[in-house]
Amino acid sequence: MDPKQMPTFEACSSMSSQSRNLNQNQRATEFDARETEQSLPKFSSHLDNSFHQSNQAQQVAMNWDPRAVLNSLDILGQKIHQIQDIVRSTLSNERQLSIQPNEFAAQQQLINTDLTCTIIELISTAGALLPLIKNALASGINSPGQIGGVANSASDLDLVDVLRQNDNLLSDGTKDSEYEELIKGLSDWDDEGMKPISTEDIDVKDNEDGVSGENLPLGSYEVLQLEKEEILAPHTHFCAICGKGFKRDANLRMHMRGHGDEYKSPSALAKPSKEGSSEPVPIKRYSCPFIGCKRNKEHKNFQPLKTILCVKNHYKRSHCDKSYTCRRCNSKKFSVMADLKTHEKHCGSNKWLCSCGTTFSRKDKLFGHIALFQGHTPALSMDEVKSQGMSVQGQSDEVMAKEEDIDYLISGNVIEDTNFSGLKGADDDLGYFSSMNFDSFTFGGIDGLQQPSFDTSESLFSFHK
Amino acid sequence: MAKSRDLCRRIDRSDGFATLTLDLFSGSPNPNPCSYSRSAKRVRVSCASPAASAAEENRSNPFDSLSEEILFLILDRLESDPLDKKSFSLVCRSFYAAESRHRRALTPLRSGLLPAALARYPSVSRLDLSLCPSVTDSALASVGGALRSSLRSIDLSRSRGFSYAGIEIVAVNCAALVEINLSNATDLSDAAAAAIGRVRNLEKLWLARCKMVTDMGIGCIAVGCQKLRLLCLKWCLGISDLGVGLVAVKCKQLRSLDLSFVPITEKCLPAVLQLPHLEDLALVGCLSIDDEGLMSVKQESKSLQVLDMSNCQHVNHAGFSSLLSKTPGLHEISLAYYCKVTHSLASSLQKLYNLQSIKLDGCEVTTSGLKTMANSCRSLGELSLSKCSGVTDEGLSFFVTKHKGLVKLDVTCCRNITDLSLASITSSCTSLTNLSMESCILVSREGFRLIGQRCHLLEELDLTDNDLDDAGLRAISGCRNLSVLKIGICLKISDEGLIHVAKGCPNLQELDLYRSVGITDIGVMAIARGCPLLQIINLSYCTEVTDYSLRSLSKCSNLNTLEIRGCQVSSSGLAAVAAGCRKLTKLDIKKCYFVDDAGMLLLARFSQNLRQVELEPSEVWKQQSQEMHV
Repeated sequence: MDPKQMPTFEACSSMSSQSRNLNQNQRATEFDARETEQSLPKFSSHLDNSFHQSNQAQQVAMNWDPRAVLNSLDILGQKIHQIQDIVRSTLSNERQLSIQPNEFAAQQQLINTDLTCTIIELISTAGALLPLIKNALASGINSPGQIGGVANSASDLDLVDVLRQNDNLLSDGTKDSEYEELIKGLSDWDDEGMKPISTEDIDVKDNEDGVSGENLPLGSYEVLQLEKEEILAPHTHFCAICGKGFKRDANLRMHMRGHGDEYKSPSALAKPSKEGSSEPVPIKRYSCPFIGCKRNKEHKNFQPLKTILCVKNHYKRSHCDKSYTCRRCNSKKFSVMADLKTHEKHCGSNKWLCSCGTTFSRKDKLFGHIALFQGHTPALSMDEVKSQGMSVQGQSDEVMAKEEDIDYLISGNVIEDTNFSGLKGADDDLGYFSSMNFDSFTFGGIDGLQQPSFDTSESLFSFHK
Repeated sequence: MAKSRDLCRRIDRSDGFATLTLDLFSGSPNPNPCSYSRSAKRVRVSCASPAASAAEENRSNPFDSLSEEILFLILDRLESDPLDKKSFSLVCRSFYAAESRHRRALTPLRSGLLPAALARYPSVSRLDLSLCPSVTDSALASVGGALRSSLRSIDLSRSRGFSYAGIEIVAVNCAALVEINLSNATDLSDAAAAAIGRVRNLEKLWLARCKMVTDMGIGCIAVGCQKLRLLCLKWCLGISDLGVGLVAVKCKQLRSLDLSFVPITEKCLPAVLQLPHLEDLALVGCLSIDDEGLMSVKQESKSLQVLDMSNCQHVNHAGFSSLLSKTPGLHEISLAYYCKVTHSLASSLQKLYNLQSIKLDGCEVTTSGLKTMANSCRSLGELSLSKCSGVTDEGLSFFVTKHKGLVKLDVTCCRNITDLSLASITSSCTSLTNLSMESCILVSREGFRLIGQRCHLLEELDLTDNDLDDAGLRAISGCRNLSVLKIGICLKISDEGLIHVAKGCPNLQELDLYRSVGITDIGVMAIARGCPLLQIINLSYCTEVTDYSLRSLSKCSNLNTLEIRGCQVSSSGLAAVAAGCRKLTKLDIKKCYFVDDAGMLLLARFSQNLRQVELEPSEVWKQQSQEMHV
């Protein structure tokens, strides 16, 4: 019950489970509150106070100060204590049997509203806090200003909107359905949190090559350095309402639609344009946190990285384990998924073979190799040798070999498709849903993302339930 | 044994003999083992009595007393004529065995005979299969099995039907192989090239027109055959810069490289020019090489002597000058069908101190260009201006006065030159041996008189399609060394002129009288008598020529090519030639309507060396020609 006892939000999943617990507790509280009785003015003063404070907390959160967040949490805790007190007082009043039924009902409604406010504030605080803990874009760096700004303003907006909604609720009389909606939003966030972002490779594809060429004089730009954890964080965009993380802001905007109609307006869905193009933006360059790296600002021949994406790719490529292995050749390893995919496009097409067993994708590379090493010979593939003698046959063999390659690809997909169809059979009743499922699955199949795509289907399934 | 050593010495000392008589059966205790005479060609072995020798053969063969060393020495001197060797091997078993062991070169007519021939000749080192249109893998396998260590050279340039497997067997078994000619093997691909790459000692390789060999194949060869000295990749359309570059990197011994019509660019040229011993480079028809490319090549080649850049249509004088400045040691340049030969191009020849030969066939030559060239070059020995337009008396005269050492001059189809040029040519270049002036129609009798008077060293003279008459021919007969005379389409010449030639030029080996319609039997008979060394004669469309000519020509035993298309000859004349000219290999009897089956049958019987017969396409003759090829 006490939010102070809740662990700090570290991951999406833990966050979601906690908030669900919170919701359940909230219902319990609500039930208890029905039997309590409290004077209306007193409570409203509490409410006003807390509202003011929560606004303050938001302001603090805007500045990305963890202390302010802590402070707001403390305030929240106090507020909950106050509610506890109110409930206790109603309990003691009940024993005296001096309260009229309508007064009791009003008190109950007040407590209800108060708690709702607390919950919303808690969530928004957490939403502002989450990027701080999880995201690489925080910790005193204003580099991701765009992203942070969006998240921040969104959270601000959210808070106000939600409060306004709740005001409406107060006037209309709160119904269970509103809470259910909220709970549903939370569970939605829970499910989507595990959904793989299939377009991630496009994001990651930009490599740092573009940076090495430029020659900015030292000091003409601002050097920023992200920490390792920030670099390796999976998400950069977070929902201000539910805290769910995204890799791209477009996905976040799509997600925001679920939080209300105001996010469905064309302006809210539009790509945030870069404002203030008139004022000169200071050139920002990034430094790798790895000491001794040429991309680290301490290095005497420091070469800065141009964008955050460059930082990410550079750090993964240079200082991380290569965890992605090519499934076709089982030898090449990559730390960046996009590199693996680029490799997989050409894997197996290394037809230029040396007698030493080394393969090359380009003929000139093979010939350079052979020219360099004594005794190495260009090796002919056995197909080529066998097809020798009849030229036409030889050519047709080559064509056939190509076709076989294609067949292989197709058959690979087929296998995955059959796997999928079994799965699809399981949730056959979800007609419209399974088609979406299918889409995401084939996408994963092509990209070689088998495991995540299974997750996808499962999560979608559970979401629908 | 002392006797045989003495014999060896005598044979060794003699520079060639017409007849060697071995008198092994005379009763005298110390017979003179050798007696020389020049009356006949064949080895004559006199036996006391054939019957007796046959009877005695089992017990003691008198020929056994001749050591193999002596027999080999005798055989060494019989190389010139294959029929002599055949006679030699028919003498007795030991001679047969000696001949079998002695033979080094084999040119089988059919691949089916190959196993038997290989069994008989175990030490053949040169195997020429160019007469076998079909050579199967099994035939090559028998070659590989039989000639393991002896085979040094194999020619498959005109054969088909084998695959990489056959080549591989030869390559693996014959470790001493140094020459392979695989030209025209258009269906062989990289696998065959890889098989060749296993011949580690290979020095000469011809792969002309092996269009399916790619860089991979040539890469195998480059790595495997690092002793290569000669490589011909003409028309190998699958090979690019990479392959040639690798060859240049790996085969440092290369002397001669033919890259004609290979789709290479200038990118491989630095590596090629870096070859330390490269002497001969052919870049004919390399259309991807252009001026800019050549100018970007900075590599020098001191060793390069012969450069052929004919038909490089995208190269102009700028690129060529740039290349020439990198190759100061050039002896020979061929620029046939090149651009305009102007002052600027000619001046780029200035630094080539060793230049001896320039071929400018089919170029457009200006007078100033010719003059600059005359001044730029030191002393040329050979100049070809064949089919050049723009060659004038002025330019040519200036040139020859500067280059008096000219030995070969080709002014074919330079239609503007007159007696003036010839006057300066003959007065300046007295050492001229080859003169081609086909279709120089303005040259008159006076010009030919000057040739005959002043150019006594002339060996080859081409006067086809000239205004030549009997008087001119009489003058030319003063060139006693003349071996090749082409006077086709000279309508004014007659028997009288030919009789002068027959008297004046006893060394004549080739005579072309194509469409010189004034010629009759009398002239041909005079030639046949006066020129016994005659090997090639063309009498096509000399409509007056009849069987009498053929009968007289049958005395020319060296005759190997006879063209009598459209002559009034019959079977009897042909029969006489067939019987007399046993070396006949090429025969053209198209439009000889009087030749019938009888003549063809006799031809089939006697002319066993015949390789090519051109006939009027009639069914009967086709069959017979097939029979003859068999």
